Amino acid sequence: MRTKMSPIARKEERYFYLFISPWIVGFVIFIAGPIIASLYFSFCNYDVVTSPVWIGLQNYKRLFLDPLFWQALKVTSYYSLLSVPLGIILSLIIAILLNQRIRGLVWFRTIYYIPSVISGVAVSLLWMWIFNPEFGILNFLLWKLFRIHGPAWLMSEEWVIPALIIMSFWGIGGDIVIYLAGLQGIPTELYEAAEIDGANSWKKFLNITIPMMSPILLFTLVMGIIGSFQVFTQAYVMTRGGPHYASLFYVLYIYQNAFQFFSMGYASALSWILFIIILLLTLLIFKSSPLWVYYESTKER
Amino acid sequence: MLGSRKREEFLIKTIVYILLIVSSIIILIPIFWMLSTALKEDSEVYLFPPEWIPQKMYPSNFIRALTFLPFGRYFINTSIITFLSVVGQLISSSLVAFGFARLKARGKDLLFLLVLSTMMIPSQITMIPIFVLFKLLNWVDTFKPLIIPNFFGGAFFIFLLRQFYMTIPIELDDAAKIDGCSYFGIYARIILPLTKPALATVAIFTFMWNWNDFMGPLIYLNSREKLTLSLALSRFTGMYGMTAWNLLMAASIVVALPCFILFFFAQKYFIQGIVITGLKG
Repeated sequence: MRTKMSPIARKEERYFYLFISPWIVGFVIFIAGPIIASLYFSFCNYDVVTSPVWIGLQNYKRLFLDPLFWQALKVTSYYSLLSVPLGIILSLIIAILLNQRIRGLVWFRTIYYIPSVISGVAVSLLWMWIFNPEFGILNFLLWKLFRIHGPAWLMSEEWVIPALIIMSFWGIGGDIVIYLAGLQGIPTELYEAAEIDGANSWKKFLNITIPMMSPILLFTLVMGIIGSFQVFTQAYVMTRGGPHYASLFYVLYIYQNAFQFFSMGYASALSWILFIIILLLTLLIFKSSPLWVYYESTKER
Repeated sequence: MLGSRKREEFLIKTIVYILLIVSSIIILIPIFWMLSTALKEDSEVYLFPPEWIPQKMYPSNFIRALTFLPFGRYFINTSIITFLSVVGQLISSSLVAFGFARLKARGKDLLFLLVLSTMMIPSQITMIPIFVLFKLLNWVDTFKPLIIPNFFGGAFFIFLLRQFYMTIPIELDDAAKIDGCSYFGIYARIILPLTKPALATVAIFTFMWNWNDFMGPLIYLNSREKLTLSLALSRFTGMYGMTAWNLLMAASIVVALPCFILFFFAQKYFIQGIVITGLKG
């Protein structure tokens, strides 16, 4: 690069920046600028109407003493810790079943993906009705099939998060599609060679399927965790954080502070903590990944 | 020996089918329940044990649900926001992706890494300053905050389109250049026509996200006549006093219907988009 660039190369470079200029402008206005502003707000008292007043670390001090902050963190971690790994295991199992050279593969795949098509408010309303303790279909089925008296689900402090976790499994279709494509990409020679060596199904799964799938599992794990820390619509529409803060998801609490109490400064501090948590979790997963993720092309790179 | 092995294979296949069918039924029950509730008479909704199939169908519930709120207005609002977002995303993301995939420049790799890393940033961190910005511009309670950001390219789509563009042989560009084609000409006349499926994937995902978006409209739209479908739907609960679940389910079905229709006609592009982001991520 130290050699002088030809006029053609220079022209090409100018055009490169011209083509990507929408993104550069957007990055400055909608990402970099706001991140800096948000950091500044987090050290201020700010209600949008009057200009921000610098208060130093007070928002962060308040945060550590705020029981609702800890509650939001607890609720979100509880949800994330169960819904993400269980969702991954469930989708992997279904993807493996689909990969057994079965008939009607496309039909099954379509069925599993359908719930992911309707998202947001419509799904939330549907599950509110499913979880209805008296007239909902879930408690009816529990009674009919297992003679179990179902809990009050969304109206129970104990069951509201498990309910939302169950609901999250309804949307694993996207992961199933990804895993299925990944499984189909594993060369059959690997399995054939293992069979010659006398490996049973479990050995093949453990020593071929899992290592070959590990980069994809890593990707979905990271995306799943980021997504689970950003749950909002379900909490806002279905429970408003209740009963008694039992489903006060982190982003819901940010929203309440910012747009209901107009404590923009405090909400900014909360969102910075969220950012740091997500960053640390992502880093942790990536740092640990050499231990469990197998990259076929590592040597070539 | 061979016989027992065949029998074992048959047994495994049977178990696989049983598991797949049972899990498919579990997945479909909520949708069936949604439809069945939407067609029930008001009092039948609160029947215990519930009826799987309504004693008498009431398709008129759909009309009742749609006339209770000005749904036509909301449908138009949501369509305007979604359509313009799709247009913005298609133009901007494809231009940016072209730059990253086809043109050489210093600092390109670093910039692309920056694009990818923005995908990890939770939108909540930028939400408040962006709100303040739009408030200063007097754009709150207009559709602009929901549309305009789509004209600056989305990291996810830039990545997706770049992957597609990379698969097209670069010799095509060189040949076009010799024929006197400009960079913009290469973009418009070679790359875009060759990557229509990828553009379809971008359009579909932008459509889905904007159609179903809830937090954006919740933050920016206040006036009754400016609501989107999701926002209107969320306010539907409790409006009838005791929640009218049949009407609520009917309204939910209508809101979800465009996405359903899109999925059935363009399933290929859905699958393609998910697979590419998942496998090459």
